[in-house]
Amino acid sequence: MAEAHESPLAQFKIEAILPIHLGGVDLSFTNSAAMMVFAVLACTALLVLAGRPAALVPGRLQSVGELAYEFIAGMVRENCGTDGMKYFPWVFSIFMFVLFGNFLGMIPFTFTFTSHIIVTFALALMVFLTVTVIAFARHGFHFFSFFLPEGTPLVMAPMVVALEILSYFIRPVSLSIRLFANMMAGHTMLKVFGGFVVVLGVFGVLPFAVNVALTLFEFLVAGLQAYVFTILTCLYLKDAIELH
Amino acid sequence: MKDTDRNGSPDQLEARIADARRRQQGKEAKPRVSDGLSGNFMGAAFRIGVELVAALVVSVGFGWLLDRWFGTRPWLMVAFFFLGSAAGMMNVYRVANGMGLAAGFKKPGGAGSDEA
Repeated sequence: MAEAHESPLAQFKIEAILPIHLGGVDLSFTNSAAMMVFAVLACTALLVLAGRPAALVPGRLQSVGELAYEFIAGMVRENCGTDGMKYFPWVFSIFMFVLFGNFLGMIPFTFTFTSHIIVTFALALMVFLTVTVIAFARHGFHFFSFFLPEGTPLVMAPMVVALEILSYFIRPVSLSIRLFANMMAGHTMLKVFGGFVVVLGVFGVLPFAVNVALTLFEFLVAGLQAYVFTILTCLYLKDAIELH
Repeated sequence: MKDTDRNGSPDQLEARIADARRRQQGKEAKPRVSDGLSGNFMGAAFRIGVELVAALVVSVGFGWLLDRWFGTRPWLMVAFFFLGSAAGMMNVYRVANGMGLAAGFKKPGGAGSDEA
């Protein structure tokens, strides 16, 4: 019963596993960090094990690895062209990290690091900065032409430029909010309905049924959000490479 | 099918693989005018909802910061609120219209559309 009274938001609490304080800065190794390390280890292990047999006819594990590779490779090639394949490892790492973060968080009693905006924002900012650097490296100052779509009437130019620049800076925020909000909302809903099950006794069957559906939906969202995050990364990368 | 092909030496095979790979990449490398949705309706639906909110968060936050800087509270924030609404709607329009999410997108088939 004690657990039923726990806040549905308690699952997002960051706890220090290994407190580290360096010069007044809290650098503790937290449950969030532990899950991140675990996610990296898990997907590295999966891919290494999947790649080891290198059989012509893939087994189950190898199929998983090849599917993941083909999926992202196809996405990058389709969106960014052959030129973009240079950045495939980067996109693939992002996809696997987010996917594992989402799915590992679906295991009961684990911590979902993608449900924290600071984590998703750091990821999105990394994407944003990388893409901007790539655009600058490839096009130099021509990059700024990006903010004035061709054929804009001169009268409208200041307004359009302001809007385009604003849109550009909105990218990392919308990218991070989308992932974090979906993960957090879903996990909170699960806990809330879980609480109903306990409180309602026999009638708890109803929220229980809802929870089953919600859990399935959460799995869909977990995969979908990793996909959305990756495809947007691809689209931004495409802009940086092609520059209209 | 072609048995003669299988008798090549390993390095020939490697060359052939590289060749085939190049051909395939060339074939698939046509960057299409991205619709940004990639046929995934759900993905698009999930994206649109956040777009407006993010635009407002960024622009109002930015206006607030500038206000604090210049001591012009609350005027820049108000101005940026409207700019942000416009930017957000523009972005939603772009996603819905299939022009992708980016700044500086040309209309496909519009006046200067010579991307290929």
